[in-house]
Amino acid sequence: MVVETATQTVKAGLAQMLKGGVIMDVVTPEHARIAAEAGACSVMALERVPSDIRATGGVARMSDPSLIRGIIDTVSIPVMAKVRIGHFVEASILEALGVDYIDESEVLTPADEAFHINKHQFAVPFVCGCRDLGEALRRIAEGAAMIRTKGEAGTGNIVEAVRHMRAVQGAIARLQQMGDEELVSYARDLGAPVELVRETREIGRLPVVNFAAGGVATPADAALMMRLGADGVFVGSGIFKSEDPARMADAIVRAVTHYQDDDVLADVSTNLPQAMSGIELSDIPEPERLAKRGW
Amino acid sequence: MTNQHGSRIVNVGVLALQGDFAEHAASLRRAGAQPLEVRTLEQLQHVDGLIIPGGESTTIARLLIAYDLREPLIELGRRGLPLWGTCAGAILLAEEIISLDRPALHLMPMTVERNAFGRQIDSFEAHLEPGPFGGGAIPAVFIRAPRIRSVGDGVDVLLRLGAEHDHEPVAVQHQSILATTFHPELTADTRIHRHFIEMCQQRADNPRPSEAHATLGRLG
Repeated sequence: MVVETATQTVKAGLAQMLKGGVIMDVVTPEHARIAAEAGACSVMALERVPSDIRATGGVARMSDPSLIRGIIDTVSIPVMAKVRIGHFVEASILEALGVDYIDESEVLTPADEAFHINKHQFAVPFVCGCRDLGEALRRIAEGAAMIRTKGEAGTGNIVEAVRHMRAVQGAIARLQQMGDEELVSYARDLGAPVELVRETREIGRLPVVNFAAGGVATPADAALMMRLGADGVFVGSGIFKSEDPARMADAIVRAVTHYQDDDVLADVSTNLPQAMSGIELSDIPEPERLAKRGW
Repeated sequence: MTNQHGSRIVNVGVLALQGDFAEHAASLRRAGAQPLEVRTLEQLQHVDGLIIPGGESTTIARLLIAYDLREPLIELGRRGLPLWGTCAGAILLAEEIISLDRPALHLMPMTVERNAFGRQIDSFEAHLEPGPFGGGAIPAVFIRAPRIRSVGDGVDVLLRLGAEHDHEPVAVQHQSILATTFHPELTADTRIHRHFIEMCQQRADNPRPSEAHATLGRLG
């Protein structure tokens, strides 16, 4: 019998298993334990959550392997970790550590301003951020097996994630109205391979799982993104920067499962611990906006 | 509603708390059944069988408890409601589970170990000898899959891996409960879905009124 590993089916398949779930940023094994207990379907292991990266400034890099190993040893759910855009050596290191998914992330300082990682070369699957359909399909062409919106990480402000999700879904809706003759020129406008554009039109959605990320701070934010078409939700600073992380984690997990049920949403939103304080987008100078990183 | 054979079209539920329930629903449609997403006790009462999909077993187990679905599901399983667990679902159905930190359904006499092939980079695709399903090889996708370490009396092994995995079981059935450690819903092959639909059809065609009534009364 032929047994094949690292196929696209296997890489994209893990993301399919995460659907309807919440992936939580954690900075210690204790956080990871709290997240798993609350029903996170995966955790993102990193040294600082995005709001702290934003506050501290400087170059943000891959986390120390000892931190990632500590989290892998603590929880039985899949563990993700971030590498800088284009930093394929950081990616090799994470693959060697046994990380289950790599996030090539604009939250860290980019290592390459021209090229993203050639993700086909890796056995471990990658998730990448996007602001629109063209960016999503370029990342998939490079081998990404999962997509997420970029949003604006570390702000607790959902507005950018909404913008990015609506851009993707709106473009797919327009695409489905197009004939073959329009498709090629639309692919050129998107800057995406025509075969992936065609596949997207046929299936009426991105060819891989698409999560929301960047600014989710409350159960209502999470449910909003699900109603806009997200397959699941990443929560970065929103859980462990809230007053009561265990309760906030539990509430967001329930909101993602029951995103269409207003009674459940009212219930889990009641007397919630204080959410992270959040930043108005216009208060962030253009050069400090993380979503602008990558192309 | 009936199909061309005069049987009622069965409502096959898919537990939709977390995981790849939409993929199962699509496979069921391709195989000619009516899928029904199940998130509440009320929805659970309208199904002729239930698929517990792939996903994260710790997450699904927690949500089963949080929404008071665990006890009713155990009761329905004991009374013969057809249940099929894939991967995480198979874990939740096993009587003995190695490395799960919370209670599950524990309905099928077998022992499974979570994530026992390794981490994601060890996930794989294989083609299985079709056994009782007939036809060509069955494509099977194993993602951070559990391994069935032992099965109890009366459990039928339907499918096995090849020699390089010592022909270990990957699809097993015990009366009205089916478990696969791989994901038929990630392939175009609907043979196992059709098998489960038949199990649901049999149950729907041969209702045991006293039991059904007792169950509904209990759930209501």
